[in-house]
Amino acid sequence: MSKIHVSAVVNGDPVDFLADPRESLLDCLRDQLGLTGSKEGCGTGDCGACSVTVDGVLVCSCLVLGVEAEGKAIGTVEGISQGSTLHPLQRKFIEHAALQCGFCTPGILVAAKALLDQNASPTETEVRYWLAGNLCRCTGYDKIVRAVMDAASEMREAV
Amino acid sequence: MAKDERTTEFRLIGTRPNRPDGLDKVTGRARYGADMTLPGMLFAAVVRSPHAHARILKIDASAALALEGVKAVVTRADFPTGLTGEDWNLQENSMAGDVALYDGHAVAAVAATSRLLAEDAAKLIKVDYEVLPHVIDVDDAIRPDAPVVRTGAADHSVPAGAPPNVVKCVDFGHGDIEAGFAAADLVREQTYKTEATHQGYIEPHACVAQLGADGKGEMWVCTQGQWYIRRMCAAVLGIDASGLRVTPSEIGGGFGGKTIIFMEPLALALSRKAGGRPVKLVMSRSDVLRATGPTASASMDVKLGMTKDGKLTAAKVNFRMQGGAFLGASPVGEALSCALACYDIPAVQHDGVEVLANRPKAAAYRAPGSPMAAFAVESLLDEMCHELGLDPLDVRLKNAVHEGVKASYGPTYAKIGLVEVLEATKAHPNLLAKLGPNQGRGIASGFWFNHGGETSVSLAIGEDGTVTVSAGTPDIGGSRASLALMVAETLGIEYEAVRVNIVETGALGVNEPSHGSRATFATGKAAVEAARQAIGEMCRRAAKEWGIEEEAVVWKDGAAMPAGPNAGKFPPMTIAEIGAKMGGTGGPISGHHETNAEGVGASFGAHVVDVEVDPETGRTTILRYLVVQDAGRAIHPAYVEGQYQGGAVQGIGWALNEEYVYGANGRLQNAVFLDYRIPVASDLPMIDTVIVEVPNPGHPYGVRGVGETGITPPLPAIANAVAMATGARIRSLPLSPPKVLAAIKAKGRG
Repeated sequence: MSKIHVSAVVNGDPVDFLADPRESLLDCLRDQLGLTGSKEGCGTGDCGACSVTVDGVLVCSCLVLGVEAEGKAIGTVEGISQGSTLHPLQRKFIEHAALQCGFCTPGILVAAKALLDQNASPTETEVRYWLAGNLCRCTGYDKIVRAVMDAASEMREAV
Repeated sequence: MAKDERTTEFRLIGTRPNRPDGLDKVTGRARYGADMTLPGMLFAAVVRSPHAHARILKIDASAALALEGVKAVVTRADFPTGLTGEDWNLQENSMAGDVALYDGHAVAAVAATSRLLAEDAAKLIKVDYEVLPHVIDVDDAIRPDAPVVRTGAADHSVPAGAPPNVVKCVDFGHGDIEAGFAAADLVREQTYKTEATHQGYIEPHACVAQLGADGKGEMWVCTQGQWYIRRMCAAVLGIDASGLRVTPSEIGGGFGGKTIIFMEPLALALSRKAGGRPVKLVMSRSDVLRATGPTASASMDVKLGMTKDGKLTAAKVNFRMQGGAFLGASPVGEALSCALACYDIPAVQHDGVEVLANRPKAAAYRAPGSPMAAFAVESLLDEMCHELGLDPLDVRLKNAVHEGVKASYGPTYAKIGLVEVLEATKAHPNLLAKLGPNQGRGIASGFWFNHGGETSVSLAIGEDGTVTVSAGTPDIGGSRASLALMVAETLGIEYEAVRVNIVETGALGVNEPSHGSRATFATGKAAVEAARQAIGEMCRRAAKEWGIEEEAVVWKDGAAMPAGPNAGKFPPMTIAEIGAKMGGTGGPISGHHETNAEGVGASFGAHVVDVEVDPETGRTTILRYLVVQDAGRAIHPAYVEGQYQGGAVQGIGWALNEEYVYGANGRLQNAVFLDYRIPVASDLPMIDTVIVEVPNPGHPYGVRGVGETGITPPLPAIANAVAMATGARIRSLPLSPPKVLAAIKAKGRG
């Protein structure tokens, strides 16, 4: 099957790649662009480890075709920090021990950032429901929820 | 970072610094199994049996091999013959021989120049099967007339005339059972059942493997134990273990399920057949659920005798477990040993059998066997407490084991902390919360042995006095942090001055995996010994420099110093100063320790859960959850809490949702995360934790190991809470909404 040329912007950088029409955006990010921060835990949109934003909308990149990225702005975990300055969510995840194996962490950070971008003061319940599409098998979610709430609080104070 | 109050005697132990690998893991830089790419790399796909039990008549790969870019196809014919015992089990589970033994059993694998091409090629491999009768359920499999999974698999423990799928029998006990039951005021006997569940790590198995015709190769793989992978792959492929260099990637969860091999030998065999080109093999989630893990399913009889004031007088357990189509895969022995381990009972008898079924080879899952056993025993204990009008926590306290008691499974307990755990539980404010309609509270205890095991650690002093630790146990939940804390504490230096590397198989002697809750215990113990060895050498260097006796030098606060005024007047020589000039004082300074780590301390826990059951749907909501567990010593309390919380939530999933669902055709019906439903954030409240510290005398800082006990109490604790909330006692897991609703309705009719 012939490949299709795709031009997009990933984490602010222009990129070009050739996508097989059967390849997911996740496959293209990982295999064509070398951005292996986004993970495949299921390939069926159930685990959220591949969470990215497409034009600001949170999606599972395993459910988006690579060719659909044409002309779009993609945001991945690699683009969350500003240079060497971590996003408050990243810092709080480390401080709160909100990761054990760390495999679900990239997707959860992308999803949590998408939440805080639209809701600066989420309740615990809102955080739990927003992250219900991101599976974590290690932590029981307690420290993840605390880290997100604490990051939100710090970001509100910084405004 | 503030120190937790309970560990004031230490400078660093008990603090909560950032984990050394945190930055890599929040930026996406950390490299897991599927994140590796090598030059010339091929991609593999696996052909799996769609049948639960079928004779493989013919495999025709000609159409696949005709595709341009397909480089190799392997079947069982590409593996050596004549293996026996567990080596044969591993080979057979990796790739079916004459017969596919379960839905998802690998029958062929293909390597090609792209992943999509490999997948296309796999679809062109034609396999002819003769479907055979199959059996799935443990109670069905034990019947004398059950379809026979495999003949000749039973070991010497099975008496003649046993049903054909029974492959192992276990029995042990002590005390006068009949007298024990005769002394009881209440004797009850019930049967309980648990379904198989999967470890459910979010990272699917993945490796990049390379093997030449000379039998030399290397592998990058997500695993809990690189030496186990090396030994098992070498055995299955008939190569020398030392010819294979195995490097562990970061690991995206394991919970016991990544201590053995599954598809790794296929990648190596493909590489060998493809002229030694590296081969990447990544499992799909569906492959993970169909063909890796899971844990065993169990059918269990429990009989307990109790006096009217709550003292246990006798206990008898009889467990039947299936661990798939392979002898020795079920944890029936562990389940029996854990079943009554929390209680001091004068007479105990344990009997168990392992049964084959047409399911994948069960793998270890967090405290293997203990959760099922606890579900049975702790449920019946709760039923009897209610029948006698006794407080279930007081009854557990009354019977709790302590130092000097002969354990139900044989040995005499050393210093243990179950009494302290139960007392801390009793004092927790969660027990004062008022319960409303349709709500219930459940409590249960849990136990795990913990494990020492083969351990080898090296430690090197750098030229600037910083320290590198080479450890062989993959960091699955913060062990780099706990190891760095213990080494820095021992050396008297800063936590940040210690870097812990998880190294490949060529760098150290054999290490067992990060299993058995052993990484912080055993690797930590060896790392402390290695640090002490390096301290000895640094003191010798200082003594030489100062021209005094070696014995006249002591190590304090990260520096060598004279032991007292008589030793001479010299300013302290810091580790940085010693490191800077070690080239001129005798060469590199390192410490090394190898051990079969002894002094393991068992860990006991107790959980209290409050639930609300919706009487219209049967859905159970967790309102409050408390974990109390003896850590011995919490080196990094945040990661100890993490183990407690994570274990509890896996147990909650097992109790409420998770199960392997097979169709009448023997195929797994729920091989995706949508249908195999593990707990999500919105299912849960915060998980409260209390870390009890009864230090283990067998570890320099008192560590017991905390990884596993926490999955054990949730199964019975939730069942006990649901029984209180609904008045309906359910003796099989999971407590899925339809089952709970049916139980509520049946009670209404009764």
